Amino acid sequence: MNIKKQFKDGLITNNPVLVQLLGMCSTMAITTMFFNGIGMGISVLIILTCCNVVISAMRKIIPNDIRIAVFVVIIAGFVTIVDLLLQAYVPALSESLGVFIPLIVVNCIIIGRAEAFAAKNSVGASALDGIFQGLGYTIVLTVMCIIREFLGSGSFGKGIINTVSGIGTGNGLQIFPEEFGAKLLTMPFGGFLTLGCLIAVVQYALRKSAEKKEKEGNE
Amino acid sequence: MLTSILSISLGAILINNFIFSQFLGCCPFLGCSSKVDTAVGMGLAVTFVMGLASAICWVVNEYVLMPLGLAFLQTLTFILVIAALVQFVEMFLKKSIPSLYSALGIYLPLITTNCAVLGVVLLNVQNKYNFLESTVYGITGGLGFLLAIVLFASVRERVEFAEYPKSFEGFPICLVTASLLALAFMGFSGMKIFG
Repeated sequence: MNIKKQFKDGLITNNPVLVQLLGMCSTMAITTMFFNGIGMGISVLIILTCCNVVISAMRKIIPNDIRIAVFVVIIAGFVTIVDLLLQAYVPALSESLGVFIPLIVVNCIIIGRAEAFAAKNSVGASALDGIFQGLGYTIVLTVMCIIREFLGSGSFGKGIINTVSGIGTGNGLQIFPEEFGAKLLTMPFGGFLTLGCLIAVVQYALRKSAEKKEKEGNE
Repeated sequence: MLTSILSISLGAILINNFIFSQFLGCCPFLGCSSKVDTAVGMGLAVTFVMGLASAICWVVNEYVLMPLGLAFLQTLTFILVIAALVQFVEMFLKKSIPSLYSALGIYLPLITTNCAVLGVVLLNVQNKYNFLESTVYGITGGLGFLLAIVLFASVRERVEFAEYPKSFEGFPICLVTASLLALAFMGFSGMKIFG
């Protein structure tokens, strides 16, 4: 398994959200603010990497019949750790993500990667897979947050300035006045619509590149 | 008492619908909604498990986790309870009501990883609902899911015959459809019941 291919898989060609269509709930629910997206993305990245490593290390001793149950217990353990850490050190983030942090347990990305990759591959490859798939997820979340936050309320990075450095008002950069924003985009409606359009864009790009390759092959 | 239960149920079905305003349970919502029949089956199974899980997890939380000071194990315990519950329901249905079992068939095991089920249990704890309120919230939340998935499936059956850009084929057009339904459900938001 080469690293370059895994990297490209995780970020583009086999992106967990845009291509594998896993973990949609959290993607749509929490992407109203840049800060939320980054926080959720990094939490999932850490949990995914840890789970992949542990599951891959234990893959030979887990009985096949009860593997899903074992995976769920391992995942729930790591999710609890991250949940408690966030509550202790980044309470603002923990509050704004709310129930979606414990819900990472049932996020299909993690159990999906455990079943599809970590249960079959070596520890090193699984760790890399966790990092790259987690990065792919984080990037999608961030892009969605930027689009929704900018168009919805005309700002960028709301909440992040205040929390990270302790200075500033926590209002982020106001690019155009809030009352001109399309408020709808920060509501559930915007979540479905933005993700739909993003997937459409990726499908378009993948189709175009496939067509291009085919053409080159014919010539 | 009655008013609180009524406001919880209307809230769960319409105003704070699990799918359209809280994004819980989107995976089965998008995955099992290509036909109305399967959507109804999935919706009923989810309603049943959500009601049962709310009741059992409330008891476990109140009489086992809280007295022992193990509140930090909530996520882990709840997911195990839900997984065991789904397994038992599957076995029970297989023995006693085979017709229902074969109708729900493949959807039952999928419910374990439905975030609406774990979500409703966690929300019960967060909102500090009592036993009756938790159960009602579970069942009505499931009914809200049922309503959403049936509406969505019937719209999707029609969208199949519509013309749309090729890039939107498959999932994207479903998401756009769902977004319009969410827009419709937004009409309920801001409704206040009994103050």
